[in-house]
Amino acid sequence: MTRSFETLRRLAHHPSGFVGLMLIALVLGMAVSANLLFPDGPWAMAGPPRLAPGSDPRFPLGTDTFGRDLLSAIFYGSRVSLMVGVSAALVSIALGILVGAVAGYFGGWVDDALMRLTDAFQTVPNFLLSIAIVGIIGASLSTITFAIAIVAWPMIARLVRADVLRLRTYDFVQSCKIIGMSDMRIIFQQILPNCMAPVIVTTSVLVANAIIVEASLAFLGLGDPNVMSWGTILNAGRQELRGASWITISPAIALVLTVLSLNLIGDALNDVLNPRLKERT
Amino acid sequence: MTDTGPKTGNGTSGTGPRTALSSPTVRYVLRRLLQAALVMVLVMVGSFLLVKLAPGDFVDALAGTRDLTADQIAELRARYGLDQPVFVQLIRYMSLLATFDFGYSPINAAPVMDVILARLPVTAILVVASVTLSMVVGTVFSVIASRNAGRPLDLVISIFMLLLYATPSFIIAVLMILVFSVHLGWLPIAGFESVGMGYTGWTRFWDVVEHLTMPVIALCTFYIAIYGRIGRASMLEVLKLDFVRTARGKGLTEHRIFYVHALRNALLPLVTMAGLQVSSLMGGAVLIETIFGLPGMGRTAFDAVFQRDTNLLLGVVFMSSLCVVIVNYVIDMLYMVLDPRVNLK
Repeated sequence: MTRSFETLRRLAHHPSGFVGLMLIALVLGMAVSANLLFPDGPWAMAGPPRLAPGSDPRFPLGTDTFGRDLLSAIFYGSRVSLMVGVSAALVSIALGILVGAVAGYFGGWVDDALMRLTDAFQTVPNFLLSIAIVGIIGASLSTITFAIAIVAWPMIARLVRADVLRLRTYDFVQSCKIIGMSDMRIIFQQILPNCMAPVIVTTSVLVANAIIVEASLAFLGLGDPNVMSWGTILNAGRQELRGASWITISPAIALVLTVLSLNLIGDALNDVLNPRLKERT
Repeated sequence: MTDTGPKTGNGTSGTGPRTALSSPTVRYVLRRLLQAALVMVLVMVGSFLLVKLAPGDFVDALAGTRDLTADQIAELRARYGLDQPVFVQLIRYMSLLATFDFGYSPINAAPVMDVILARLPVTAILVVASVTLSMVVGTVFSVIASRNAGRPLDLVISIFMLLLYATPSFIIAVLMILVFSVHLGWLPIAGFESVGMGYTGWTRFWDVVEHLTMPVIALCTFYIAIYGRIGRASMLEVLKLDFVRTARGKGLTEHRIFYVHALRNALLPLVTMAGLQVSSLMGGAVLIETIFGLPGMGRTAFDAVFQRDTNLLLGVVFMSSLCVVIVNYVIDMLYMVLDPRVNLK
């Protein structure tokens, strides 16, 4: 616990880590306060349609084709982005750790089989597979999360496998075997805690990527129809580019800033957790 | 004992007759080929099961749009083998696939192969143009940044790369349409070429270039950022190595050291990325071709998903995966030739 606190402290002192943390705190604040500030929800027809930003102080970002408040939509959209982003990342990390650890620890034909499976998932164009899954099973938050996670785990699996392959030859692992510890206990209790650093660094990239894929799916009309996502707004804004481009601009900025903040955190984490890299560049 | 194998290895000396198979190089080439084939089989079995386990087939989609009697529905299912158990369908599909027979696309009323071959050129142009452009532009940025490491220009480029890295392709596409088509009117909003103009030769070429400028840029930006960032880090690392010091010691000019000695070594990691890029571009093409109304494979896949045209969807998955497998294989083989440090196991 003290170690993760120390990491966070050093992250906040890193220039890009600081900017990233501030931005993501802002997005988090939007997600938490959405229903307090906009109790009517994002779908309510609050004002006249296609109201440009700045023309009515009640709607700082203007309204969309149906007179819905865009600021409210952006606030509620941050919930979907964060929720799908974080849960898809967690699912893919769990899958990746499982596959990577088992492949690296047992080696032999188990390793071969699992690595060919990993190859297969890295061969199919990921977004094509996500679209096929969501399009065929149907769009809901859980299928979208699943469709994103099922294509994202190979990266984690490779990272974990490489570390486990290296660690399993170490003396402490051999000692655990000699005292008769079970394979599962050795993997999860002894080896895995030592290969978390690259996984943690990759997490922010996974969350950012999941947020992009969710928005892309919703932009294509494959979002969960029951929730307001930034991609949903962008999809509606596409038809209005000529007359009401602000419908596109504000969710685009929100999306880019969120992804940017996660990338900045990822870069900073990389510096903080791998001090050797910093010296080299 | 005849010595027929190329003398590249040392691990097999003295054990049995030396044939081509005992050469590590040949074995590596063959093993990678076998792995690639295995991956393709896994991809297709997985995709087939995904498509079949989901509720609804194209007959359902068809029945939703026209009046079909129960007899007609049953007859359609029987004609396309959809009444068979999934396992039987899988075996049948895979054995047909082995002969490059993708089956029939009921929605397009044509063999899947014909549909794909008609749409492949557009996607191929997009992918090849994007890979080339992003590698060239990314390398140029990485060279400028690493030559100016630590100076303001380096910082400006780094921030620009960060922004490109964070902006999804469809946002770039929509913003470009907004600026260059809606406001400035410079570039056409959609399509592969102007329809009904009867352009030929160079006029047609430039017409297509105008139509594809925005789609290609939208597909490129993310990888320009990746190549720019990796290239810069790789350059700075290579410049610290001993052989660069040796080159300096020999009295070579900084210009020559930088562009001839360091750059060539620093670009190797970028080549590895190309395989990943082709895979991600094939996925990105779904978005970009849909936005710009281009008749390519991505657009075809998108339509196939909605119309439950499983044969067509599987055909697109097969062709795009095959492209990725081939690119990765070629990269591995190139690496073996280019970089003697590659471990053949």
